Amino acid sequence: MRVNLTVNGRREAVDGVWEGESLLYVLRERVGLPGAKNACEQGECGSCTVYLDGMPVCACLVAAGQAEGREVRTIEGLADGDRLDPVQRAFLDRGAVQCGFCTPGLIVQAHDLLSRVPDPTDAEIREALAGNLCRCTGYEKIIEAVRLAVARGAGPA
Amino acid sequence: MDFLRPATWEEALAAKAERPGAVPLLGGTDVMVEINLDARRPAALLDLTAVPGLNAWEHAADGRLRVGAGVTYARLIAELGDVLPGLAQAARTVGSPQIRNRGTVAGNLGAASPAGDSHPPLLAGDAVVEAESAARGTRMIPACAFYLGVKRSALAPDELIRAFWAAPASGPQYFSKVGTRNAMVIAVCSFAIALHPRERRVGTGVGSAAPTPRRAQEAERFLAGELDWTGGAPLDARVAARFGELAARAAAPIDDVRGTADYRRHAIAVMARRTLTWAYDDYRKKAAECA
Repeated sequence: MRVNLTVNGRREAVDGVWEGESLLYVLRERVGLPGAKNACEQGECGSCTVYLDGMPVCACLVAAGQAEGREVRTIEGLADGDRLDPVQRAFLDRGAVQCGFCTPGLIVQAHDLLSRVPDPTDAEIREALAGNLCRCTGYEKIIEAVRLAVARGAGPA
Repeated sequence: MDFLRPATWEEALAAKAERPGAVPLLGGTDVMVEINLDARRPAALLDLTAVPGLNAWEHAADGRLRVGAGVTYARLIAELGDVLPGLAQAARTVGSPQIRNRGTVAGNLGAASPAGDSHPPLLAGDAVVEAESAARGTRMIPACAFYLGVKRSALAPDELIRAFWAAPASGPQYFSKVGTRNAMVIAVCSFAIALHPRERRVGTGVGSAAPTPRRAQEAERFLAGELDWTGGAPLDARVAARFGELAARAAAPIDDVRGTADYRRHAIAVMARRTLTWAYDDYRKKAAECA
């Protein structure tokens, strides 16, 4: 089937989509945006987090057909050209990135948190990131990166 | 596999009548897992996201809330947390923010897993499931008659869940859940309590400790008779302990990967006692304010 959607502001008409296919597969394999990562395929790890109509979701749990006519924003859509989003910048500056696999999902989720809660408590940060698994960092640098973004006044973008 | 995308509720009902094997799809947080992992290959997916009105809730004429099948856990928490506090507490324990942004109570009902987090508060709060078919119209199924077995519900193959109904809380409500960690966890077991002061009645729901979610009716009757509904006296520790025992007796758990039957019975007793303590403390505070 054909699925029409907007990805990072660009309209896409994707053909040959299998009916049971996920939005994640469409983004990675058909639209060519490998930023959202494919790991658990059951919503457990958060690595595939993208915005769907402004709401962070696990792209692996959205059927491609459900994205028809809707707007998707991926990690690739956060930076403004070469200018990184403040959350991306903070992850780099704090060394919150090791293998990098979980990073796109964490950044989208943190980005959403800061757009809603400009000055979150640690508990709020931890709850927001509770669905994003990282196997290397131990999370401390990640939390520090979010705090750094807050300190720099990362807000709605 | 076919992807059916009805644009109206009537089209959805017609599709479900014609294709009873079609799997309804809203949040996808259960269905897509099964498809991704190749555990299930339904002949058709019936995507309800485009059906107007499903993502709305309203105050019905009889004072109850009618919550559309498409209202997500996140919205339930944000918009209905003060009127359906027990259910909102349970919703807050579902998955992650990403999951709560998609998942729905109706999806939980449709899956009818004994471990579904919304079931105990639905039982404790006397919720009613609004189901509809093209052939027979609307049917109202009380939550206590909805769960028939492990992942089996009273829903007919040609029926779809359109909404659930629940009265705004008239007294304190609490939900408690044991998991193997703090977030992203399926219940080892869970318990919900609702005090209904107007009728001097107690509602309960036991989760993940029997083939279906179920009420602890003996515990409800016992407590309704023993509780000081004037809110004057503090909670009698023996009453609380007995309530826990009776709640545990309503459970019929199994040993499985998440916990033993013995542990589950014990945990149900503890959660029943604790949620009662929290609820009754709130109740007394309110009674003292009104006095």
